[in-house]
Amino acid sequence: MPHDHEHNHIHDHSHGDQLSPSGHPYRKDQDAKLTYWQTMEIAMRELLIEKGVVTPQEITRTIEQMDRRSPADGAKVVARAWVDPGYRARLMADGTAAIAEMGFDPGALRLIAVENTDQIHNVVVCTLCSCYPRNLLGLPPDWYKQRAYRSRVVKTPRAVLREFGTELADNVQIRVHDSTADMRYLVVPARPKGTEKLDETDLAALITRDSMIGVTRLAPQK
Amino acid sequence: MKAVQASVRVKEWYPPGHVRAPFYLRGKCGKIERSLGQFGNPEQQAYGLKGDLKELLRVRFTMAEVWGTECESPDDTIEAEIYEHWLEPTNAP
Repeated sequence: MPHDHEHNHIHDHSHGDQLSPSGHPYRKDQDAKLTYWQTMEIAMRELLIEKGVVTPQEITRTIEQMDRRSPADGAKVVARAWVDPGYRARLMADGTAAIAEMGFDPGALRLIAVENTDQIHNVVVCTLCSCYPRNLLGLPPDWYKQRAYRSRVVKTPRAVLREFGTELADNVQIRVHDSTADMRYLVVPARPKGTEKLDETDLAALITRDSMIGVTRLAPQK
Repeated sequence: MKAVQASVRVKEWYPPGHVRAPFYLRGKCGKIERSLGQFGNPEQQAYGLKGDLKELLRVRFTMAEVWGTECESPDDTIEAEIYEHWLEPTNAP
């Protein structure tokens, strides 16, 4: 089901101005004046283009590259660490070098991998802004950037994880990682039971974005 | 002071400007988890300056230390990256 709200309102045309025929609100046109920072961004961009520092094509290509990255890249790294103990050791020792070894461009990213076990559960946040391993996981989910997650997960991580459906036993230690400066964090989820016969590609397909942020654990497979 | 496992306290400073030592950890004690090497000081870089190189350290705090009796589980931890100039020995006045 693509939608989880009722559609009977499409027969009521009293508010037809706000809803599309499929029952969705139209997005408002952006007729408000530009903000200070929007004006600044446009001015800066135009100056950089006029002075020949960048071309519009380069800007578009960079945005396309940012949009193309997805959690599938992080999943490949985790799956490799699960099947190759040598790679796992290199990933834990130097995450930045280990992802470069797999052909992922770390850019300015400095990566620390942290590993979930039976005893330890890691979860990542950036309380100050929205630092996130974008080179490996793509753009962060909206909730990751919101004040509710950022302020609550450092104080009541167990309650927050429970809202994601993740119940942890009292004897599991939670480690919350606050990306306050130059590091980015990748959680290596515990390999679920029932995956012993899967190969690296099939394993990667099981690994979710949220498990690599650390708000979920991967379910056992049958 | 920079040795792994050394006890440190985040200074209880409240300067204006672009500061990356989170408010909720100021005055709190933890242990150095690892050194991350030298990075330009973001407090200067935010103003277009190059930024003096400062050692960046990961510090591990217990939930009991950070939140006291309000914490969910005292042995859970918070780990954060703190620049050396924000850290002092735990016996500093």
